Amino acid sequence: MAFIRVTSPHAHSANSTAGVMRQVLLATLPGLAALTVYFGPGTLLNLLLACTAAVAFEAAVLKLRQRPVMFYLRDYSALVTAVLLGLALPPYCPWWVVVVGIFFAIVVAKHLYGGLGYNPFNPAMVGYVVLLISFPLEMSQWATPKGALVDGQSLPALGEALSKVFGVADLDGYSSATPLDTLRQSSGQTLEDLYRGAAIFASGRWAGNGWEWVNIAFLLGGAYLLYKRIFTWHAPVAMLASLGVLAIVFYDSGSSNSAGSPLFHWLSGATMLGAFFIVTDPVTSAVSNKGRLIYGAGVGVLVFVIRTWGNYPDAVAFAVLLMNFAAPFIDYYTVPRTYGHNKAPRATAKKVE
Amino acid sequence: MRQIWDIHGGVHPPENKHQSLQSPLGTIALAAELVLPLNQHIGNPAIPVVRIGQRVLKGELIADAQGIFSACIHAPTSGEIIAIEDRPIAHPSGLSAPCIVLRPDGENRWTDLHPCDDPTLLDHAALVEKIRRAGLAGMGGAGFPTAVKLNPRSTDVVETLILNGTECEPYITADDMLMRVYADEIIQGALLLARIVGSPKEILVGIEDNKPEAIAAMQTAAQGTAVEVVVFPTKYPSGGEKQLIQILTGKEVPSGKIPAQIGVLVQNVGTAYAAWRAVRYGEPLIERVTTVVGEALTVQRNIRVPLGTPVAHVLEQHGFSAAKCARIIIGGPMMGYSIEEPQVPVVKTTNCIMAPSHDEMPPAPPAQACIRCGLCAEVCPATLLPQQLYWYAQAEDFQRLENHNLFDCIECGACSFVCPSAIPLVQYYRAAKNSIRRLDAEKQKADRARERFEQRKERIARAEAEKEAKRLARKKAADEMKSRLDEQKPAAPLPDPVAAAQEKAQTVPDDADGQSKKLGRQLESVQSRLQHLQQQIAECEDAARRDALTAQLRQAELKLEDVRKKQDDLERGVSLPLDQRLQNVAQKIQASPLEAQRNAVATIEKRLAVAVEKMEDAAREQKPTLAAFTQGVEKLRLKLAEAQAELAELERQPISSDSVNPEENAAAAAIARAQAKAAAAANMSAEEKHAEQLQSLRGRVDKARAKLAEAEASGSEHIAALRTGLEKLQAKLAELEQGK
Repeated sequence: MAFIRVTSPHAHSANSTAGVMRQVLLATLPGLAALTVYFGPGTLLNLLLACTAAVAFEAAVLKLRQRPVMFYLRDYSALVTAVLLGLALPPYCPWWVVVVGIFFAIVVAKHLYGGLGYNPFNPAMVGYVVLLISFPLEMSQWATPKGALVDGQSLPALGEALSKVFGVADLDGYSSATPLDTLRQSSGQTLEDLYRGAAIFASGRWAGNGWEWVNIAFLLGGAYLLYKRIFTWHAPVAMLASLGVLAIVFYDSGSSNSAGSPLFHWLSGATMLGAFFIVTDPVTSAVSNKGRLIYGAGVGVLVFVIRTWGNYPDAVAFAVLLMNFAAPFIDYYTVPRTYGHNKAPRATAKKVE
Repeated sequence: MRQIWDIHGGVHPPENKHQSLQSPLGTIALAAELVLPLNQHIGNPAIPVVRIGQRVLKGELIADAQGIFSACIHAPTSGEIIAIEDRPIAHPSGLSAPCIVLRPDGENRWTDLHPCDDPTLLDHAALVEKIRRAGLAGMGGAGFPTAVKLNPRSTDVVETLILNGTECEPYITADDMLMRVYADEIIQGALLLARIVGSPKEILVGIEDNKPEAIAAMQTAAQGTAVEVVVFPTKYPSGGEKQLIQILTGKEVPSGKIPAQIGVLVQNVGTAYAAWRAVRYGEPLIERVTTVVGEALTVQRNIRVPLGTPVAHVLEQHGFSAAKCARIIIGGPMMGYSIEEPQVPVVKTTNCIMAPSHDEMPPAPPAQACIRCGLCAEVCPATLLPQQLYWYAQAEDFQRLENHNLFDCIECGACSFVCPSAIPLVQYYRAAKNSIRRLDAEKQKADRARERFEQRKERIARAEAEKEAKRLARKKAADEMKSRLDEQKPAAPLPDPVAAAQEKAQTVPDDADGQSKKLGRQLESVQSRLQHLQQQIAECEDAARRDALTAQLRQAELKLEDVRKKQDDLERGVSLPLDQRLQNVAQKIQASPLEAQRNAVATIEKRLAVAVEKMEDAAREQKPTLAAFTQGVEKLRLKLAEAQAELAELERQPISSDSVNPEENAAAAAIARAQAKAAAAANMSAEEKHAEQLQSLRGRVDKARAKLAEAEASGSEHIAALRTGLEKLQAKLAELEQGK
């Protein structure tokens, strides 16, 4: 009678990678709902397209790499990438934009680097940046939020949306400048004037109609994940804090040179999506808690710098990719002190002390 | 309220402690045979002191500690030793190891124990010795010999003694049960251990808050003593030694150091209990409390089990179903190891036997990719970065692993427990540690080999250099000598041999006495040389060498001849010795015959006394020479009687001056002969001298020949010597005849 030999520990928590991914997907629901409410069914179509393409690409690449397809598909990581990219893309963008973005995200950014866990750059953000650089026109046409529509207009119905996405018909008048664009182009106006004059701000409360609620919804989703201990608070809080601090420094009491209030920066663009769903991606961020603080703060600073002085209205994707570069470097200098040691080890040290 | 510190990380696996706490502490029937591994502890295995077939009593020593770092082993019950052989033991490797196998006789008869009513009367050394003789080894985990731990280095002063009753592993309740049932004895044990380590400032018992009954029992028992029961929140792995120290004192044990170096000593509650039993009652460690738990059993509880009981027997007694059982684990689900062979025995460190069902402990899911979620780093009690270690372990980047303090990993399994990708992290660390240890060992070996090789090379080079130096020195010396000779030749011509001879002749001592002495010495030396050469020739087997030796012998003989001749010349040339002889003889004649006879009697008496003494000695020692001595003594007695009779005769005779006795006549005749001879010699011509010598030599030759014939007839051992003597005489004779 011989029994199997297994090494300890024999007990395992109920944790699983698929479970983590499912929680993340679940947490995007408030944001998705807000986007749909304020911008119509465009985002839903994005997600649908993105998910389909992602699963197809993932399966194809796994097949090519001779990996068990279903085993890896079941970890939901491809779906998370697809959902995050889908949420970030402008609603009603052409279908091929989504497919190209997903191709770069899944095939190039993820699998060409070795698959899940080995990719140095956030796949969704790689896809997004490729699209932003390659197709600036399609990527800059954001839908007009519900409250900022001109009289008589309403959000497009599903049929209209489909015909727009697949290029059958054009949806003129449904796109307009985002709050970030508006602020960039408003040189000479004080913030007060801007908030009163521009439709998108006038119909909103803090950071533009729709956008503020979308961000608040993502914040809620992020809070849920924090509560579920899917990730630690370090990176998102550091990012929001550094962004807020810079916003305060350059607020300039709302003059025409003002870069916008902290609240404006927190609640506009992809700030909350980035803070809770992109920066927290464990694969591409720093490893230790201290490292994550630095990493998150770096993203926050870059977001503000690019938004205020850069060429692109929003900056989360660029900021995240830049900090992805820096993550291994941060890791080298943020190794925690081990129990029983006086100093933290130097990860770069070649010799054992 | 005492301050409690928190440890980094930790996890909360399902506790599953209730299953084994439903029934009271039980016992089981004795197994058919008990298997006692010789190494149940860290350190050297014990050495058996019993032989196969020997009957032993319960508690009798069956294997003795080998050195300090070892522990004794005792018979858990009375019975017969039936084997000392390799048996599978409870070890993660699944390997076999030497064990003593005992077949119980069922009588369970104790050997004589040596209880001690008042351990406070014993001193430190006596207490430690008692604990050492009882075979105590840490009962919580690794099995560190307790006596070693109780003898900290003199520089390490123990300020805090901690009893570990944490038992943070899920499922295990052995310590919990022990504390419930034997709280008083554990507290006594704690006080005893405290006394041994020099009465530390604090004696703490650390217990997790999920054991309320044990806490209550211990608090009651500790009342009025110096022992303080400290309760802290349940979290795995609070019971790790380093973690418990951090929780109770806030101190960290420096990496690579032991707790004693920060003034802390940790002992398991089970060890404290066993120490008390050992000192107070003299009981060696022969049983322990073990949790038997798992859904593949019908009964789950804690039992007191004799050491050496096979796990299979324990499981059998608890309604074990092999079909239901997923794996058998020794220890808990977090750090325990699975065993393949259920026949392995319970040892001093076995605190739990788990037989979980398939549902209870399903096989681990296949590992997925690490998503660097960092949960492992969050739960690591050693504040390591497990996922980084995992990367480096996969890459076999051993330098980075050591740099990231892999060796501070306590293998608690918290990281593996939380890993969402189900990566067996601990296994990677164990493998990496082993690889590093192996590489280190190999490196050391290679270093030593290289050192040896280099030293050898050096040695050879040195030897060669020395040889070369010697060669050069010789050459130089030879050259110098040559050049000096070349220089000296014209400067100092060889001395004129004629002048030297003349000079030498002048320095020769003039006086005849000195010359005679010199000749005597020469004669002696030549004779001894001759003797030596003869002996060598007799012993020599090599013909060539014998020829050489014979030639030398001839030379020596010639020399001897030469010396004798010189002596003769000297005697002839000088009258002094002759005068002396004449004087001696004259003195003898002048003495009265009576006196002479008296002297003769005295001499014979003296000789007789000596001979008697020798005879007695020989008789006492039973020497074979006794007969000869006896004969000698007889002869001497006869001679004495004769001499005495003669003396009596002489005394009776009136002394007359002209009376002539034969002796006087003989002496006078001898004197006359000698005088005549001397006169004749003085007056003899060379020719006459020669003729006389010739005649005397002939006489000697005849005598020698007769002697030799006699020796040959009687087979004497002196034949060879006589023959050479004869040959010499003949040679001399021939020489003289030629010289005529």
